[in-house]
Amino acid sequence: MRPFAYAAPGSVDDAVAVLRDAVPGTKILAGGTTLYDLMKLGVEAPPAVVDVLRLPELAGITVTDSELVFGAGVRMADVSDHPVVRADYPALAESIWRAASQQLRNMATLGGNLLQRTRCGYFRGTDFACNKRNPGSGCAAIEGHDRHHALLGASSLCSATYAGDFAIALRAFDAVVDVVGPRGERPIALADLHVEPGEDPSREHVLDVDELIVRIRVPLTPAGRGSTYLKIRDRESYAFALASAAVGLVIDGQGVVTESRIALGGVATRPWRAVEAEQSLLGQPLTAESARRAGEIAFADARPGRTNRFRIELGIRTVADAVRTAGERAVR
Amino acid sequence: MSTNDLPATTVEVTCTINGDPVRLTLDPRESLLDVLRERLALTGTKKGCDQGHCGACTVHLGGRRVVSCLTPAVQAAGQDIHTIESVAGPDGGLHPLQQAFVDNDALQCGYCTPGQIMSGLACIAEGHMADDDQIREYLSGNVCRCGAYCGIVAAVRQVAGMTQEG
Ligand SMILES: Cc1cc2nc3c(=O)[nH]c(=O)nc-3n(C[C@H](O)[C@H](O)[C@H](O)COP(=O)(O)OP(=O)(O)OC[C@H]3O[C@@H](n4cnc5c(N)ncnc54)[C@H](O)[C@@H]3O)c2cc1C
Ligand code: SF4
Ligand code: FES
Ligand code: FES
Repeated sequence: MRPFAYAAPGSVDDAVAVLRDAVPGTKILAGGTTLYDLMKLGVEAPPAVVDVLRLPELAGITVTDSELVFGAGVRMADVSDHPVVRADYPALAESIWRAASQQLRNMATLGGNLLQRTRCGYFRGTDFACNKRNPGSGCAAIEGHDRHHALLGASSLCSATYAGDFAIALRAFDAVVDVVGPRGERPIALADLHVEPGEDPSREHVLDVDELIVRIRVPLTPAGRGSTYLKIRDRESYAFALASAAVGLVIDGQGVVTESRIALGGVATRPWRAVEAEQSLLGQPLTAESARRAGEIAFADARPGRTNRFRIELGIRTVADAVRTAGERAVR
Repeated sequence: MSTNDLPATTVEVTCTINGDPVRLTLDPRESLLDVLRERLALTGTKKGCDQGHCGACTVHLGGRRVVSCLTPAVQAAGQDIHTIESVAGPDGGLHPLQQAFVDNDALQCGYCTPGQIMSGLACIAEGHMADDDQIREYLSGNVCRCGAYCGIVAAVRQVAGMTQEG
């Protein structure tokens, strides 16, 4: 591992000042479960890190009249055990406890979770061509193992899957992240935080290098109670998604769907909202057929690689099952 | 303060490990796991994958279980750390969970066992032991290559039951 300088500022203001004056390539360090891991693998080699893990301003979960507010430094484990999150936003709680392991959830922060990097095996090492790690070097996944690669949002340069779970549930609920930098604070819709690989797979999000996520805000909606996060994996626990869906529904007294939110995980290059699939459910009663049709619409544009075609049907069924579970919760 | 002012070399850290105050001069590259094993000779904590996958390196940091291979040792500053060496009684008598591992054949080669015990203790303390499914879910971060899983779940269930009764 390349030697690096370590700074642990005591406040957000200090952290922003350190980042503003930092040597190029300096990285924010939170729980380290992505960054330190990739530094050990030689994939990341920052000359300096700024540790924000214990900044007091990044702690705490609060519930206001209109929002759920998560500090960016909140540990994943504290979300899945939070009583309000569990009761009013089961999809958010499930997206966390179905991610990683309890040890990792005790370490990892929500801010770091949103910006975690892909698990593409060619990226997580230095032996293979990878446009994301080494721009212009090519993509070993094209002729290689693409079982876990993205079906939606890929470019000819990169088809790496966005592997996180929490961002998928946040995307369904129109969450916003607040970001602080030398020019002050700005809100970024979660929908705008991550970018598709396009012509530059090395760029994954819209933050500047000296910007710090301070909090994540989720608007309150009744679709929170009628929600679920369904994650399908190679094993029952402790694995990344082959396909996942976050679904939130509101169903009125006549059994008609009046609000519908669907986001897809494990299948796209960024957290993916399936807008047309959502709309297909609106204004009618929920049935097994309409749930299945929503899944088919969600994957209508899917473009498989060599060995991942099976995940289209898997994804369709994942959406259909999640829609039915959300529907059951919405009428309870 | 800026990162330019900081030498890329060492950081002074104090923490407590198994109740003893410790002062360390760290290279920020060092993992907590390597510091425990290589510098403090606390070799009960095992290195399996060194990538956060297997749980063999599980310790308690600030009262919570973490994987020490992905914990930069500098982040232990000011924290209380407990390793497997702190689990048995002062007279060397086994902790009830250690005894339950023996009673339930919860190990074969034993390499994963320190991590399983540290994880199992935390699982019980967290209250994630309502039934076998929940125990399995909350121990899934600890891999056992020998496949002693049934015994491990049985051992944790046995001690969790004792805790609930007592
Ligand atoms: C074995 C294993 C299994 C896993 N399984 C899953 C899984 O099933 N599902 C899942 O979702 N995740 C999974 N993960 C990923 C894990 O959830 C992430 O690594 C973790 O959430 C990252 O958080 P962190 O605080 O450790 O971030 P760090 O590693 O410290 O940082 C990650 C990135 O975010 C940046 N960053 C951190 N905080 C901020 C901030 N406040 N503002 C701006 N930038 C910031 C860092 O610079 C870095 O680029 C797994 C990880 C491992 C090792
Ligand atoms: S899919 Fe993307 S991350 Fe994976 S090897 Fe290709 S360019 Fe790299
Ligand atoms: S050695 Fe740390 S998780 Fe495997
Ligand atoms: S007892 Fe051998 S790895 Fe678990």
